[in-house]
Amino acid sequence: MTYKKRLDGRAVDETRKISAKVGIIKNAQGSAVFQIGATTAIAAVYGPRELHPKFLQNPDTGVLRCNYNMMPFSGHGERVRPGQNRRAKEISMVTEQALAPALNLKNFPNAVVDVFIELPQTDAGTRCAGICAASMALADAGFEMKDLVVAIAVGRVDDHLVADLNYDEESYECDAGVADIPVAMLANSGEITLLQDDGDITAQQLKEALQLAKKVGKKIYEVQKQALKEKFTGEEK
Amino acid sequence: MSLKDEQRAHVLKALHADLRYDGRKKESFRKVIVEYDISKSAEGSARVKIGDTEVLAGVKVAIETPYPDTPEQGSLMVNAELLPLSSARFEPGPPSTEAVELARVVDRGIRESAAIDTKKLCIAKGEKVWMVMIDICTINDAGNLIDASSLASLAALKQARFPEYDGKKIDFMTKTKNPIPLLKEPIAITVFKIEDQLFVDPLRDEEDVMDARLTVTTTADGKICALQKGGNGILTIEDIDAMTQLAMEKSEELREKLE
Repeated sequence: MTYKKRLDGRAVDETRKISAKVGIIKNAQGSAVFQIGATTAIAAVYGPRELHPKFLQNPDTGVLRCNYNMMPFSGHGERVRPGQNRRAKEISMVTEQALAPALNLKNFPNAVVDVFIELPQTDAGTRCAGICAASMALADAGFEMKDLVVAIAVGRVDDHLVADLNYDEESYECDAGVADIPVAMLANSGEITLLQDDGDITAQQLKEALQLAKKVGKKIYEVQKQALKEKFTGEEK
Repeated sequence: MSLKDEQRAHVLKALHADLRYDGRKKESFRKVIVEYDISKSAEGSARVKIGDTEVLAGVKVAIETPYPDTPEQGSLMVNAELLPLSSARFEPGPPSTEAVELARVVDRGIRESAAIDTKKLCIAKGEKVWMVMIDICTINDAGNLIDASSLASLAALKQARFPEYDGKKIDFMTKTKNPIPLLKEPIAITVFKIEDQLFVDPLRDEEDVMDARLTVTTTADGKICALQKGGNGILTIEDIDAMTQLAMEKSEELREKLE
């Protein structure tokens, strides 16, 4: 079985429909929803606030703490048991590292800035959607950032490089298999802050895939900027 | 006088003038919005907003072996997640007492009204039955999570459709047209009390200074199917009478929000 045309008819560099909004959770300092296809991520920022346990405090800077969680009804199959699992723990960690280079928390020594990411519905690409939402929520909260962070999964399905794999593509069965590569980068510089790969890929393909991510990242950046503008300038599309 | 006492006195003074922090009367709700099918991943789902309070509820199903004493009946499970995303008061980790109470109050309303026809959830007597699982997730806590969660759970149940099942495996990606067999529609209304003042749909600040609350779950035929008294304060029989009357009136208003 060879992969000729994408399962949902998209062009190789075409993402699913993206929409975003900030300021959706009143209790939070900042918040955002980022939707890509049937994957929805919402993020809320609380802080800076006191960090417990105390030994985690850093007198030089505030600490960013991310918490990624799938709602129990948001999985592709059976109900997902609530509570942290190994996958969520790892994603929380790489999310922190994807966002940290954009953020300056030097003015908040010993404090923590909490980012909570929740997924009400998923169709692959959840960590990237979570990072996009979290980056917008941090900007909405007014933290000092040198850039927004954009994130997208790129990869190889059979012998095609594609952007924004959905669940059907991630689990596509073919001889060559699938490589799924979530990438996050600073929107303007293109510097990469998250990189993972599940699956076979050549060095050349990886290079091309990252170029593809950069191209798609620009588009995501425009959506993020527009959402922030809509709140802060009342500017409509 | 502590800050909390000050706040209580302030809320109470306003209540005496039939006034709330947001300008409402004691017996009026904030704007209630129900949206269906907010998660394609769930068998059924809903979002309920009551003012700035927002909750999501999602229904998933699974196939289980029935309990030995009810071999022909499916089962129900309700869980609530007070997400730290929804309030600075909530922390990540195992469910708090507040979350457990919330889930159990919603569960009791659905269970005790026999809202779900559990016999119709039987696939093979003594062997296989459907289990219906409701998860409640809070998005923004601005007070009255119990009423919002109960309404969201019922809305999600109403919208849910069973996935395809071929006798061996559930195909969660393909939904049938079969709804969850519902016989009743229980609605929970919580009435709050500070001294002699009764009111509904509290803001978070009002909730914090209440003496007592009573959640009354009723069905469309006007029957009470579940109760839950909360708070450290006391209720007289007269209070309870007034509170149940008020709850029944208000439940009709909320019932109208479900299509």
